Amino acid sequence: MSSRIIGIDLGTTNSLVAYVDEATGLPRVIPDADGRPLLPSVVAFTPDGIVVGEPARRQLARRPADTVYSVKRLMGRGFEDVKDEARYLPFRILAGEGLVRLAVGGREVTPPEVSAVVLKALKERAERHFGESVEKAVVTVPAYFNDAQRQATKDAGRIAGLDVVRIVNEPTAASLAYGLHRLSEGVVAVYDLGGGTFDVSILRVKDGVFEVLATNGDTHLGGDDFDRVLALWLLEDIAARHHTELDRDCVDLARDPEAMQELRLAAEAAKIRLSSEERTTLTLPFAGFTYRREMTRADLERLVEPLVRRTLGPCRRALADAGLSAADIDEVVLVGGSTRVPLVRRRVQELFGKTPHSQLNPDEVVALGAAVQAHILAGGITNMLLLDVTPLSLGIESLGGIVNVLIPRNTTIPTSAREMFTTSADGQTLVDLHVLQGERELAKDCRSLGRFELRIDPMPAGMPKIEVTFLIDANGILQVQAKEQRSDKAASIEVKPTYGLNEAEVGRMIEDSFTYAEADVETRMLIEARNEADTVLVHAGRALKQGAHLVDVAERAAIETAVAALRAARSGDDRDRIHEATTAVNRATEHLAEVLMDAALKGALGSRRATEILGER
Amino acid sequence: MFGLPRKLAVDSAELQRRFYALAREHHPDFHQAAPAEERARIEATSALVNAAYRTLRDPIARVEYLVRLEEGRETKEGDIDKPKAPPALLQEMFEIQEALAEARSEAAKGALDETTRATLAEQRESLRARLKDEETRLAGPLSARWDSAAPAERPAILAAFKEALATRAYLRTVIADLTETLGGDTEELGRAIEGRHGSAEAPRTRGGMGGHIGAPHQ
Repeated sequence: MSSRIIGIDLGTTNSLVAYVDEATGLPRVIPDADGRPLLPSVVAFTPDGIVVGEPARRQLARRPADTVYSVKRLMGRGFEDVKDEARYLPFRILAGEGLVRLAVGGREVTPPEVSAVVLKALKERAERHFGESVEKAVVTVPAYFNDAQRQATKDAGRIAGLDVVRIVNEPTAASLAYGLHRLSEGVVAVYDLGGGTFDVSILRVKDGVFEVLATNGDTHLGGDDFDRVLALWLLEDIAARHHTELDRDCVDLARDPEAMQELRLAAEAAKIRLSSEERTTLTLPFAGFTYRREMTRADLERLVEPLVRRTLGPCRRALADAGLSAADIDEVVLVGGSTRVPLVRRRVQELFGKTPHSQLNPDEVVALGAAVQAHILAGGITNMLLLDVTPLSLGIESLGGIVNVLIPRNTTIPTSAREMFTTSADGQTLVDLHVLQGERELAKDCRSLGRFELRIDPMPAGMPKIEVTFLIDANGILQVQAKEQRSDKAASIEVKPTYGLNEAEVGRMIEDSFTYAEADVETRMLIEARNEADTVLVHAGRALKQGAHLVDVAERAAIETAVAALRAARSGDDRDRIHEATTAVNRATEHLAEVLMDAALKGALGSRRATEILGER
Repeated sequence: MFGLPRKLAVDSAELQRRFYALAREHHPDFHQAAPAEERARIEATSALVNAAYRTLRDPIARVEYLVRLEEGRETKEGDIDKPKAPPALLQEMFEIQEALAEARSEAAKGALDETTRATLAEQRESLRARLKDEETRLAGPLSARWDSAAPAERPAILAAFKEALATRAYLRTVIADLTETLGGDTEELGRAIEGRHGSAEAPRTRGGMGGHIGAPHQ
């Protein structure tokens, strides 16, 4: 068995795998066969098998109900936690107790199983790169992830056939990547705004030790939320400008998952363009009309300002917990794709009064840091040590539903606390402990991690002395041990995780992952070809419907012939034939598309060429 | 553990240096290849090192730990006579407590009026200043006196420590209650709750179905 350990950034939007190159001692991201470093964290459950990454992302708008994205936001959570958000998700989330379950592709899956598909793809990517099997990984999670979310990530690894030897917090991983060369000693603030989560960590870097002083965050705040507010704003704008067409065709876009997914993707694209440009044009073709509008960076900033402001509270709390003020921060590091938004940079700079570091690619820096930590664990680096903290206070429920804190937040891990318990009735054989995480005083306001049932021999009330040790390991995951002191016998503990999987479930999922194995390469390429064909067919159909009167009969006939040929090819299994037929339809509709675009833009944007705008899409 | 003299005055730079060295020596990161049992032992040692540093770097936690050591108690809550806030303080706080109780019933009915709010906020500020004074005295002159005291003088200083710690706990509880009544922002509330957990006035019964019998903290 290989002792190689890879570093994985399992992101909300994209995931990456990296390793430390022995020759240079530097971490490197492993790209896919086409040289792309990022693997979109999107998984599609199709009738032909499971598709992951770019091909799955491309069919988001076409198969919204069976294509899962941003599953990280659902990890280790219950239905109650996500039901508000579920309204905006095009795939089905089942109501029920315990952890979230999704109904996609005609079956039920849990978030760890979906994440496992992504992890498996990265594992295979690494195996191709090294030419040998890879079994161990360091996987990153948001620093503010609670115990259940961390456990869910570990479970995902197991389902994917990976031994997750360490869970590392994303901002700390980033600091390790920077720490290799670019950070001088001092106090560093890492501001990490990703696709779905926000973290801030304050670290002291000294003598090769990266000591986290405090961390804070919001596991439900990220670029996805930026996209959503923008998409909802677009939805309103479309309804206001095109209500005549919408009413005429009896269309309710909000209830059309495909349209909503198109809107979300257009919003995301516009947000990205507005990070480098001052203004952009959105063009969205719908059946019956084309929506377009110009948007400025100021428009976007007005919409996302409240979200950006929400990141500042956690920053101040982290500073307070570290016993520092903004002036004590020597360096600020920006991590996560959403820190490309200029407003985010401005607000961070204002808060800390420093120009933030962003030399390393914010999309890659976490994976690079995971690789560094993996290298430390493998014994390759001995002069660096990461001392992280637990982000949330850990406590047990006592009488009256009050939480009794055993381990306060921001305690350096590993850490442990011991408590003594006894029985209140004669012959009692069961003591029930409810373990919680959070900063609120009442158990009902904190996060329930689970119930631990201690079984002991019957004794008179008050006689047993059960010593319970709560250990938070270096992964930030809780382990509980109990011992009855009079008999010196370990008490058996049954763990009932509130939002987790039990052993049996994980075992079943590992088996399932073989049964529902990811479609093999050949099949995957065929699926990809069919997906491409579907997209082209939809566009061609739409173009013909909108612009048949703009071209002559011969051209129309040529398009119709090409479309018919593609339909025929698509129903077969010959990938090359589908490819050729797709290219033929593209060629046949090229002129029509241009004519349509010109017609659509006439008047509104007279001075700009259609091709310029096409180039932006 | 850290090889430093048993004194309340701690050279914090030196403490940090030694902590980093110990953390390196015992951190699970550097013992990945060890067998499972050995790794569990390393993890426990590492937790102990972390806890020790956490206690020693904070001057107040240092005093609390010293009091426990001197009384030969391993546990924090195990003592029979709870540290009591001085009667003079209790009397003094009587008025504030009254006002607080009134404000609470008022708040239960609806919003607090502005004058009450302002009064409570003002009281909270003055209590905060007092808390700070008490902490400074505890960590500063009182701690220094202990370090230079002859063995015979120590019981008196120990008693002073206990009284100061009790006063501090009491003040924190009242400040927390004031903050709660004022409906402070979440940041304040977080601090308020911490204050509550350190409370010496309100021992709470712990445990699940069973009772709780004292907590050996390390």
